[in-house]
Amino acid sequence: MSGEILVVLEHDRGETSDTSFQAFGLARALLAAGVGSSITAVVIGAEADALAGGLGAYGAARSISVHHGELTDYAPEAWGDVVAQLIAARAPAAVVATGTDRGNEVLAHASAIVDLPFAANVTDVALADGLSLTRVRWGGSLLEQARLQAPVFVLSGSAHTFSGEVSGDAAVVVEVLEPTLGASAARTRVVDRVTLAAGITLTTAAVVVSGGRGVGSADGFAPLAELAELLGGAVGCSRVVTNNGWRPHSDQVGQTGKRIAPELYIACGISGAIQHWVGMMASKHVLAINTDNEANMVGKAEYAVIGDLHKILPAVSDEIRRRRANA
Amino acid sequence: MSSDFPTTARVVVIGAGIVGNSVVGHLAELGWRDIVQIDKGPLPNPGGSTGHASNFIFPVDHNREMAMLNLDSQRQYAEMGVNTECGGIEVARTPERMEELRRRMVSAKNWGIESRLVTPEEIKEMVPFINSDILLGGFYTPSVSVVDSLRAGTIFRERAQALGALQTFANVEVEDMIVEDGVIKAVVTDHGRIDADYVVVACGVWSPRIAAMAGVEIPLTPAVHQMIDVGPIPILEATNMELGFPIIRDMDTFCYERQSAGSMEVGSYAHRPIFMTADEIPSIKESRLSPTELPITMEDFDPQLEQALELMPDILSTAEIKYAINGLLSLTPDGFPLIGEIPGVTNLWACAAIWIKEGPGAARMLAEWMTHGQPEIDPHHSDIARFYPYARNDHHVRARCAEHFNKTYGIVHPREQWASERNIRTAPYKDRTDALGAVYFQAGGWERPHWYESNAPLVAKYGVEDRPHEWDARWWSPIINAEHLAMKENVGMVDLAPFVVYDIKGPGTMEYLQGLAVNNVDVAIGKSVYTPLLDVNGGFRSDLTMMRLGTDFYRVITGAFDGPRDAFWFTKHLPADGSVTFEDKTSSFVTIGLWGPRSREVMSRLTTSDVSNEAFPYGTTQEVLFGSLAVRLFRISYVGELGWEIYVPMENARAVWDLIAEAGQESGIVPVGGGVYGTTGRLEKGYRLMGAELDGEYTPVEAGLARPKVKSADFVGKAAYLKAREDGPAAIVCTLAVTDHVSARDGIKRYMTGGETILTLAGDRIVDAKGRISTVTTAGAGPSLGAFLLMAYLTPEHAVVGNELLVHYMNETYPVKVIVAGSAPAFDPTDARMKA
Amino acid sequence: MAELRILVCVKRVPAPGARITLTADHQGIDAKNLGFTTSPHEECAVEEAIRLVEAHGGSATVLTLGAIEADEQLRYAVSVGINAAVHVTHATLAGSADWDAQATARALTEAIASIEATDGAFDLILFGNESADSGGFQVGVRVARSLGRAIVNGIKGITIADGMVTAQRESTSGFEVYQLELPAVLGVKEGLNLPRYPTLPGRLKSKKVQVPVLTAEPVSGGLTMLRFDNAAELVVQTTMLGTGPEAAPAIVDLLEELGLL
Repeated sequence: MSGEILVVLEHDRGETSDTSFQAFGLARALLAAGVGSSITAVVIGAEADALAGGLGAYGAARSISVHHGELTDYAPEAWGDVVAQLIAARAPAAVVATGTDRGNEVLAHASAIVDLPFAANVTDVALADGLSLTRVRWGGSLLEQARLQAPVFVLSGSAHTFSGEVSGDAAVVVEVLEPTLGASAARTRVVDRVTLAAGITLTTAAVVVSGGRGVGSADGFAPLAELAELLGGAVGCSRVVTNNGWRPHSDQVGQTGKRIAPELYIACGISGAIQHWVGMMASKHVLAINTDNEANMVGKAEYAVIGDLHKILPAVSDEIRRRRANA
Repeated sequence: MSSDFPTTARVVVIGAGIVGNSVVGHLAELGWRDIVQIDKGPLPNPGGSTGHASNFIFPVDHNREMAMLNLDSQRQYAEMGVNTECGGIEVARTPERMEELRRRMVSAKNWGIESRLVTPEEIKEMVPFINSDILLGGFYTPSVSVVDSLRAGTIFRERAQALGALQTFANVEVEDMIVEDGVIKAVVTDHGRIDADYVVVACGVWSPRIAAMAGVEIPLTPAVHQMIDVGPIPILEATNMELGFPIIRDMDTFCYERQSAGSMEVGSYAHRPIFMTADEIPSIKESRLSPTELPITMEDFDPQLEQALELMPDILSTAEIKYAINGLLSLTPDGFPLIGEIPGVTNLWACAAIWIKEGPGAARMLAEWMTHGQPEIDPHHSDIARFYPYARNDHHVRARCAEHFNKTYGIVHPREQWASERNIRTAPYKDRTDALGAVYFQAGGWERPHWYESNAPLVAKYGVEDRPHEWDARWWSPIINAEHLAMKENVGMVDLAPFVVYDIKGPGTMEYLQGLAVNNVDVAIGKSVYTPLLDVNGGFRSDLTMMRLGTDFYRVITGAFDGPRDAFWFTKHLPADGSVTFEDKTSSFVTIGLWGPRSREVMSRLTTSDVSNEAFPYGTTQEVLFGSLAVRLFRISYVGELGWEIYVPMENARAVWDLIAEAGQESGIVPVGGGVYGTTGRLEKGYRLMGAELDGEYTPVEAGLARPKVKSADFVGKAAYLKAREDGPAAIVCTLAVTDHVSARDGIKRYMTGGETILTLAGDRIVDAKGRISTVTTAGAGPSLGAFLLMAYLTPEHAVVGNELLVHYMNETYPVKVIVAGSAPAFDPTDARMKA
Repeated sequence: MAELRILVCVKRVPAPGARITLTADHQGIDAKNLGFTTSPHEECAVEEAIRLVEAHGGSATVLTLGAIEADEQLRYAVSVGINAAVHVTHATLAGSADWDAQATARALTEAIASIEATDGAFDLILFGNESADSGGFQVGVRVARSLGRAIVNGIKGITIADGMVTAQRESTSGFEVYQLELPAVLGVKEGLNLPRYPTLPGRLKSKKVQVPVLTAEPVSGGLTMLRFDNAAELVVQTTMLGTGPEAAPAIVDLLEELGLL
């Protein structure tokens, strides 16, 4: 199956991220599977012109640099229009992007315009009666095998699945495209950017120092609060704590409290009852501090320290102050 | 873990919920070592019913055993510092419920629990957000408490660990149970095999699955109990406490409202029965919350929402339903726990179908039983050996649980009969008893006529009074008293098909039975022995009759309610050398009783054998012919009259029934039901019944069943028995008569049902030196005496004929008088009628 | 401006635990012991619609394409404060089965067009960014395109004023801000708000609401599901950082490593 594979390069005003180039990994997988014969990168917005010339390193034979007065910042509808126009004009074998918020959004727009099916978050491809593919569901816990039958395969690659590394140093032909965009293309465009509000809340904090039954009392939360303050984080708690009146309900994490996803969740004296777990299981990292090394939370946590939280936490706060003083 | 995982253990305890944890704690305390506890879930909440329990204890229960387990558990929780008293009110919306609350006052007094009836205004004072307009009153118990069952479990484990007795392994799943020659040998887990001398199955809703691996049954079903958590509620939050208000049980809607810090938990036993099997329960990983916290089926809860709103409109109308589950708990066919050695596999014990309120107490019961051979609290109702085979399977379990689930907060009459699983065991002549208008009560699964509507005309003939109060008359008929009098005037025939018959044979039989029975069984062939069997503590294990039919052949007859427990006891003690065989012949024979002053003339028409007193004395047995049919006659009586028990092969039963009925016609024979056999006839003679007067907490000395001499042969419980004889009775079984039935409250004559408290004239309970309370063990009419009789154990100073006392019934007292102290019959004290 | 008319499109999805059990033929999820819920992003969409109506007046309607049982999710939305519900269904929608994104979008578009034809246009239509189960990331976009309305996905903040909706989308540095003229469509994400739970009266009221049921025909696109498999399970290997206060430096090392100091 010959033809181009269009790779929509994701960038933010010219800045790429680690996932941006993973779209080329998917494109190369398609080539290897016998889909398409060459890779053409699509780089939208003049700010990204600098990127277009270097994409040979990722396997692109050609880069299309798309220029338009409305394309000064990310604009999902306009980006989708551009890709749809390229599909219509070039009849590629496939169009791919990385399965990020933006990647999926742009391909959704493009496929909606040209009424093609779109398979998001693909992890594997093979050619067989159309395209045989595997994609993730349920945030990655379930794999779907599917068949894609379409004149153009529109796919996003599941993030962190395909390689975004440099794969060679071939020369790339850069061409510039100035599309015609309808008036509506500009109506969904980033018009402003705001930095995250400074106030730390339980739901937004990067670090949550959370206490359970093992904290023992309302006063027992002092070392947790101290550490949370040092780290610019928030204090959380389990249901038994609110039940005992040690902390307000607004601090409760869990099934009947808040569901949070901090970078680091420090679970102090929390047994890890399931109702609590569902409130914090989206945390990126979990550190359990518990006297019982058989506690559920210890087994489920990425990191654990066994011992009395009332001794460990003050030592941690002291260590942080010591290092900051020496920094 | 695998390298540290034990390959042997003295005892493996499966389960780390409140039950398994309490079991390891108690076993360790009683000296057990090398205990290995495993659970397939994590600690401290492995995902079973303990994890989602509402954790409250209303200690008052009508049943003594359950009340004792509740109180013992509450004491244990308190000792661990995890029992918080918050008080509880059972509220009534209907007059029927108010009557039930009065009955609960009796039970509260019985067990020494402080409770009082409160008015709607008093309820409102304690719980200001309740809508007292819809209430008639309440039953307030200040000692109602909430416990921390997870913490209690951890403390139990830690105590056992501190004694060096316990290793606990979480996340270990049982894959198989190894049984050899009927003895448990090992538990196979996904972490390896553990060879063990004993295994305890204490894993709640999963217990049936584990038991099945050993080829036995733990008859329980996982069942849904719905619960929602509603909040936040400012008035509750303001208490800053887990419980700032008493727990409310809205009894008439089968719901409870329990504060949980800033929110209110509303739990329901009102929805349709929803059951699962142990194998259907999702794994921990498959579960959204936990294996026993399933997604709520909200449509089942909707009616309860309206009722809860009606009860607490001010706080429940704006709060949100934040958590709602179909929580799984364990139900058994009769509502009692499953404790004890499991019949069929030696050293395999169960401690299952136990709720938070009775967990530590049940565990103590089990640990004492495993250690000493008998627990302190008599395990009569909880004994897992109590079920006939038909009652152990899923079909029966589900049928009965479906029937009683909605009775969790229901008003259950002491004589109430089951509607499901009926007509499963019937006598071959049931068409005859049907035609006579028999009203059947179930006994050991058998349909047994309790009275016959065909005898209705006798009520007028004998002038039997009806009972004016519906409650007292429920599951009762004045026909019973009329049948009693007719039998005593002429003769009656009694369907005793449910009798349990064991044939025990072999060269070692006499010696074997001698080792179990209190009384000497070495009697002549053709004679019988009535004897208690004791447990190691000298309490009653059984009370039965044996006929010696050959040198090495005894036939044992026991009651329908005792069959499975007795079979377990007999088979457990069979000698290992095979010199004795045990065979259950219950399904081979029916028994028909023929009693009354004219029974001999009827018998003379039935057989050509000599049935005179000389040729066929009391207490002997002979095989005779009724025409061509061989039957065995046993001259004995439980109703105090001349007559025989007639043992008939099953296939002749219908023919023999007809022969007796025909032969009795000109003697005025009437069919007589179990109401006479089990109550009126028995009561007048002061005969004690296993499970009523006789249980593991009383001795033959106290029950008036000690013979003047003790046989020389050793038997189970002998040492304790000898000591009991030496010590003398702390209480003596007595017969009392009610001297005035008229209620002071409404002027209606009332008749007790059993279970009531006996009080002194000052209104105090009578507690004996062993801490046992005088309660009515049996209540019923004594028609020949023209009195209403109660049996009760009284302390020696009260066990005096003529002594006046009170009985506490429906929260009122009625005067009673001791008419017999000890074992003598109130009617025909010399047994002249019986031995005529 | 006139009172707001808001539509929220929701999907009924199973609520699994830590492991999803598949049917023996791998064609679906074994939902025997599972509850069902509204896909989480859409729970926030429902909450946002209620809040917007509370703030600006008007009414909110919930729409689903799903099995007969999806009535539960519609009524749940009503129980927390949505005013009306519309159910689009078809016999092929049962259990965890669903239609492909194109067929779903077509059916929803037709349903919206028919509701708007009788009751007037919606000012704002809210979708979840993607469904929890199938994760196609496209139905909202397809519907918006078909209706000729603007859409932005990934929204975690919504303000309405002067006929415009200001929508915030999370970025690595903070938020991107989009401004759309009404009528518009937004795909929202969890974190937009904290959804409320139903009250007792809310639940009881939801039992009584009339839910019109429409039917639609599946017109499949080119993506066909063949089978499901469980992904290899992540086994958490717990790293022990130490015992007692002596572990403090190791903990602080970890904080540094994660860039949290």
